[in-house]
Amino acid sequence: MRMLAFTFLMLATPVFAQGSGPTPAFANRQLPDPAKEAAATKLMHSLRCIQCQGQSIADSDAHMAGTMRAEVRQQIAAGQKPEAIRGWMIARYGEWVSFEPDMKGAGLLLWLSPLLVLIAGIWLARGLFRRGA
Amino acid sequence: MMAEAGLAALWLAAAMALLQLVGGMTLLRGGAGQLVPLIKPAAYVQGALCAFAFLALMWLFYVTDLSVLLVASNSHIDKPLIFKLAGTWGNHEGSMLLWVSVLSVSGAAIALLEKRIESRTLNATLAVQAFIALGFFAFLLFASNPFERLVPAPVEGNGLNPLLQDVGLAFHPPTLYFGYVGLSIAFSFAVGALLTNQVGPAFARAMRPWVLAAWIFLTIGITAGSYWAYYELGWGGWWFWDPVENASLLPWLAATALLHSVSVLATRNALRAWTIMLALVAFAMSMAGTFLVRSGILTSVHAFAVDPERGAFILALMLIYTSLAFVIFALRIGSVKQGEPFQLISREGGIVANNIFLSVILAVVLIGTLYPLAAEAMGDKISVGPPYFNKATAPIAVLLMLGLLIGPMLRWRRDDLKRLKYWFIGAAAIVLWSGIAVWKFAQDIGLFPLLGIALSLALAVAAWLPLRGRKLLRTPLPVFGMVIAHFGIAVSVFGMAAESGFSSETLTALAPGESAQVAGWQVKLDDVNPVVGDNWVAVEGQMHAVKNVNAFVLRPQSRQFFKPEMQTSEAALLTRWNGQLYAVIAQPDQEGDGRWQVRLWWKPFVSFIWYGGLLIAVGGIIALLGRMFRRAKKPAKDKWQTT
Repeated sequence: MRMLAFTFLMLATPVFAQGSGPTPAFANRQLPDPAKEAAATKLMHSLRCIQCQGQSIADSDAHMAGTMRAEVRQQIAAGQKPEAIRGWMIARYGEWVSFEPDMKGAGLLLWLSPLLVLIAGIWLARGLFRRGA
Repeated sequence: MMAEAGLAALWLAAAMALLQLVGGMTLLRGGAGQLVPLIKPAAYVQGALCAFAFLALMWLFYVTDLSVLLVASNSHIDKPLIFKLAGTWGNHEGSMLLWVSVLSVSGAAIALLEKRIESRTLNATLAVQAFIALGFFAFLLFASNPFERLVPAPVEGNGLNPLLQDVGLAFHPPTLYFGYVGLSIAFSFAVGALLTNQVGPAFARAMRPWVLAAWIFLTIGITAGSYWAYYELGWGGWWFWDPVENASLLPWLAATALLHSVSVLATRNALRAWTIMLALVAFAMSMAGTFLVRSGILTSVHAFAVDPERGAFILALMLIYTSLAFVIFALRIGSVKQGEPFQLISREGGIVANNIFLSVILAVVLIGTLYPLAAEAMGDKISVGPPYFNKATAPIAVLLMLGLLIGPMLRWRRDDLKRLKYWFIGAAAIVLWSGIAVWKFAQDIGLFPLLGIALSLALAVAAWLPLRGRKLLRTPLPVFGMVIAHFGIAVSVFGMAAESGFSSETLTALAPGESAQVAGWQVKLDDVNPVVGDNWVAVEGQMHAVKNVNAFVLRPQSRQFFKPEMQTSEAALLTRWNGQLYAVIAQPDQEGDGRWQVRLWWKPFVSFIWYGGLLIAVGGIIALLGRMFRRAKKPAKDKWQTT
C-alpha cells in the first residue's frame, strides 16, 4: 500500500497541479444545509477524479478534484438531483468518471454477477448434501 | 565477489529445483526412479542455496556495494542501517528473491519435518514446489537479476527516498509475500496429494499449518496496510477498493475459505474435492495478486509499479501453473472418493455456507477489478469503484454474519436447529433491540450500517458460545483461536458500521485564533508554524480540541519533501475509547486572507476496525500454536486410514 502514497504524493506536485487557477468556492467548503451536503458527499464518493489514478473526487488533493467537488456542491445547492449531476459529469467526461456503472448493457451483467455466482455456488454445493440427507 | 557468489547460488538452486522436478516425474511414471531418493536432499540444498543468495544480497546492501546496480539504485551511503537492510526487499528484484527464498526454505522445512504424509506424496509435493520455484528462478535469472553489476560504480547511490524510510512500509510488502508463498505451499500439497491419490485427513493436517500461517500474514498485512492508508492519505478513508488493495484481499478471501474447509477435511474427512479446488483457487489468487501489483495493468493509485514486460512474465507463470493445476484436477478428481456424508444442518453444512459466501465475495471483487479491462478491450472505458463493491458485497457479508451466529454452535454430521432455539431467541433479541436503539438514535443511518451494528453485537456474544459447557483448561487451543478470531470479526464489523454510519465531517478554513466544530468537539487553531525536518519542510498547525472539559493538543502537518519533490499530509489523530478525532491541515486558503484549509473528522469506533483485524490474526496465531503443540505431544492418529 505504500504505492498508494506515492502516486498520491506525485499528484500533489506542481507538474500535476495543472490549471492551478483560483479554487472555486465549494471545493473545500461544505454546503450550509447538512442534508444537501450529505447528498453531495455521497455523490462525490462515486465520481472518479479524472486527473488522478483511481481516487474519488472526495478523497483527492488534486486541483481538478476540487473543481469537480465545487461543481457537485453548486448543482446540489441549486436543487439538482444527484443522478442528473452524474449524467452531467458523464456527458462531460465520459462513462469513466462514474465509479458506479449503469445497470444496463454490459453493466447489467456486472450487477447481476453476485447473484449468478451465488446460484452457481449453491448448485455446486447441492451434491454435497445428497447422500447425507 | 559476493554478488557473483549470490548469482551462482541462484543458478545452483535452480538446478536443484530441476532435479527435484525430474525426480518427481520419474516417481509419478511409476518406475523405480533412481532420482527419487535425491528429491529430499535436493530440497535441503535448494533451501540452503537460496537462503545464502538472499543473505548475500542483504550483505551487499549492508556494506552498500554500489557496484551492484540494485544497491546503487535503491540505497544510499547515508541511509540508516535498518533501512539499508530493509532495502534488500524494498524493490522488485529483491522482493522476488525474497519470494523464492521463502519458498525454497519452506520446501526444505517440509522435507525435514513433515512426517504425517506418505513419502510418495511428500516427494510429489516437493516436486510441485520445485516446479513453481523454477518459474520464479527463470524470472529472476532472465528478467530481474538482483546481482547485476554497474560499471562504473556511482559514488553515493540514488535511493534516499524519505518515504521508503518508514518502518511500516519496510515490513508491509514482505508480510503479504509471506502470505502468498504460504498459499503456494498449500497448492503444492494439494497437487501432490491429487497426483498420488492421497486426498484425506493426513494430507489436510499437513497442509493446514501452512494455510493458517499464510492467512495470518495476509490478515496482518491487510490490517496494517489499511491503517497506513488511513493515516497517510489525509482524507479519512480506510479502504478504497483500489486494485492493489483488492489484490491482497482476493488471496485472503480464498485463504479464509480454505482454512475452514481444510478443517473439515482434517477432522471429518469430508469436502475432499472442494478443499483441493479451494487450494488451487487460493494459489491462483495469490499469483493474480502478485501479477496485479507487479504489472500495473490496472489503473490504480499504485500505478508507479508499472512494468509491462515483467507483468507479462508473471501472467505467463500464473496461466501455466493454474491451467496445469486445473487440468490435473479435472483428470484426477474422478478418483478422489467422496468424503464422509453429512446433513445440511451440521457444522460441515455451516462451513459449506461460509465457503460459498466467501467465494461469492471473492468472485465479486475479482469480476469488479477485471471488468474495466474487459470493457476496455471491447471499446468501453468504464470504472468500477467503491459504490459497486460496497453494494455488491454488503448483502453477502450480512449472510456471512448470519451464518456465523449459528455455524460454530452446530455439531458435526447432523444437528437439529431446535436444540439451539434459546440461542435463536437470544440472538434475535440482541439484533432487534440494538437495531431499534440505533435507529431511534439516528433515523437516517443506512440499512447496512444499521445491520452491521446489530449483527456485530449479536456476534460479539455468539463468538464465545462454542466455549459453553467446556472445561476451559482442557479446551484445545484451536477452539480458543476460532473464538477469538470470530470475536475479532464482530469488533471489526462494528467499527466499519459505526464509522460509515456516524462519521462527522467539517471542512473549513481557519486563521490562527479561529475555531471550528465537529461532533461536539471544539477545535481551535492556535498557531501555524514552519517546521524543518531532515529533507522536508512543513507547516504545522497547532490546534487544541476541547470536548466537555477535556482539552487535547493536535499537531497536523503538511509536509513538502525535496528530492523527490512531494507533498504529504500528516494527519493528527486523537484516539479516545469511542472513536478518533482526525485533523488535517492543507494548503493556505486561496482567498489570501491568512486562513488555512482545515479538515476535521470525528470517526466513532473507527479504531475497532484494526483492533478487530489484529484479534483475527491473534486467533490465527493461537490456533497455529495449538496445532504445533498438539502435534509435538502426540502424533495424530488417523482413524480413517485404517478403515
